[in-house]
Formats: sequence, C-alpha cells, structure tokens
Amino acid sequence: MASEAGAAINPIGQFSLWPIVPIHIAGYDFSLTNSSLTMLIAVVLACALMAIGAGGGKGIPSRLQALAEMSYEFVAGMVRSATGEAGMRFFPLVFSIFIFVLVCNLVGLIPYSFTVTSHIVVTAALALLVFFTVVIVGVKEHGLRFFKLFVPSGVPIYLLPLVAAIEVLSFLTRPLSHSVRLFANMLAGHITLNVFGGFVVMLLGAGVGLKALAVLPFAMTIGIYALELLVAFLQAYVFAVLTCMYLNDALHPDGH
Amino acid sequence: MEAHELAQAAKYIGAGLAAIGIGFAGIGVGTLFGQFLNGALRNPGAADGQFGRLIFGFAVTEALGIFALLIALLLLFAI
Repeated sequence: MASEAGAAINPIGQFSLWPIVPIHIAGYDFSLTNSSLTMLIAVVLACALMAIGAGGGKGIPSRLQALAEMSYEFVAGMVRSATGEAGMRFFPLVFSIFIFVLVCNLVGLIPYSFTVTSHIVVTAALALLVFFTVVIVGVKEHGLRFFKLFVPSGVPIYLLPLVAAIEVLSFLTRPLSHSVRLFANMLAGHITLNVFGGFVVMLLGAGVGLKALAVLPFAMTIGIYALELLVAFLQAYVFAVLTCMYLNDALHPDGH
Repeated sequence: MEAHELAQAAKYIGAGLAAIGIGFAGIGVGTLFGQFLNGALRNPGAADGQFGRLIFGFAVTEALGIFALLIALLLLFAI
C-alpha cells in the first residue's frame, strides 16, 4: 500500500531511523540517530526537572517542587503497595523506568518529534532489563526456593505438572507482553494521528466543495491527541506497575 | 493474478480479519467498567480506593485489543 502511488498515505514513514552523527567503531554502527538524540533530550529534561524541583526544599513548595515531590510520592506509593517496604530498594529503578517511559511518550507527542518508545527494540530492552533483574535477584536471594513461584499452593498433586508447565510458560512470556503492550500502544496511536492528519491534508487539497469538510478530521485529530496524552500517562503507569509486580515475585516467591 | 498481487490481496484480507479481534477487547473493557460501576453504586465509599486497580485492569485488557491491531498493522505495512 505504501509502495504504490507516492500520494498515498504513508503512516509508517514517521518511524524511520536516520543517523544524525555517523559513528562507526570496528564495523558496528554506533551512530547518533534521531531516536538516540530524542532519548538524550528526554533524559536531560527529566534530570533537569527533578534536580531543579528537588533542590528547593522550601516549606511552601514551588510548582516544580510540588511536581517533583508528587511524582516521587506517586511512584513510592506504587512500589510500597506492590512489594512492601523490602521492595523500596528497587525504587530508583522503578522511578527511572517510569519517568523515562513517561517523558519519552510525552516528547513523542510534540509535533515533528520522534517517539522513542514506538520502537520494539527500546521497549524490549526495558522489559528484558526488568525480566533479568527479576530472575537474577530472585535466584540470588532465594536460591532454588525461587522456583516455588511456579508451584502455587493448594494444587492437587495430579495437576501439578500441568500447572507448573503453564506457570513457567506464562512467566517466560512476561517480557513479550510487557514490551509489546507499550510498543503497540505508541505505534497505533501515532499511526492514527498521522492518518487523520493525512485526511485533513487530502481534503484541503481536493475540490472546492470538500475543503470545508476538512474540519471534521481536524476535530478528530484534536480528540485523538487528547486520548494519546491519556495513553502516554497510562502506559507509563502500567509499565511501572507491572515492573513492581514482577519484582514482588522476585522478592516473595512464596506469595502465590 | 500474479503471485505478488495474490499475496498482497491475502495480506489485506488477513489485516481485516485481525482487526475483528479488537472488538472482543471492547467487550472486555466494557465488562470491566460495568462491574466497577455496579460495585461503586453499591458501595461508593470503597470506589475511590479501587480506582488504581480499575485503570490497571483497563490497560492490560486494552493491550490485548492493541495486540490484534498490531497484527493488522504488521500485515499492512511490515510484511
């Protein structure tokens, strides 16, 4: 569809990567691409907001300080309720993941910018980070008792092999669903925005009578933009909450 | 019809079929919010405390619908 007439809608072109500063080391491509530049901008923005926000310490907080403190309390409450007080040692990891995903999602909504989390490689890297953290921490803390995660209590002995196999399988598909959820939400949202924007342009370029109809896809684009703002926050929250729940499995494998 | 056109037509049909799966996610999300409202109208004081779980449940249910949309998009644009 995209390879035919050049005037056809091409919603996939917005996700293409291109190098800004080509860097090749030993035959491997370490170029600074638009994706890595946007990630750097997101990280600098997040660090600046948190550093300036947390640097005040006034009794009556300024707006930025209130924002930094509210986001801290929000993620701390999330970690405590999912993992208990023992899980607070993972708070820096969960907070970093939450803020990174949130800021990357929001930066992607700026017109003409790039959505970092709309690439499966980025979300898979984060999800695999969480997965291997869970496995390594679980085995290090509990040894072989970690595998009690796959043997829920109260299961009759004749069902145990089947249930254990199903539990292992669902554990191994966790990084898949964790990463694809964020990736697919961002991809679908930006494709939708692109397609409706394309409708506006197409109607404006059509005959005289159709130009007035361009208001309709324009209003739809505004509505979908509001929805995408909600989805940006929601998907960052869900990514972080699932991270906390998976970490709880590492810390308390006999919680099942 | 040459093989390439046949493959392209099959991809379009497959994308359309995959998009039907999104409707089932709609059923799930509607059920979720309906049950929440049902409980909230019986016990309004407990409703705000469970709002976080509602939003989380909504996101994971919606994700399955988005997985179906992803298959459709992959067929249209990537494969």
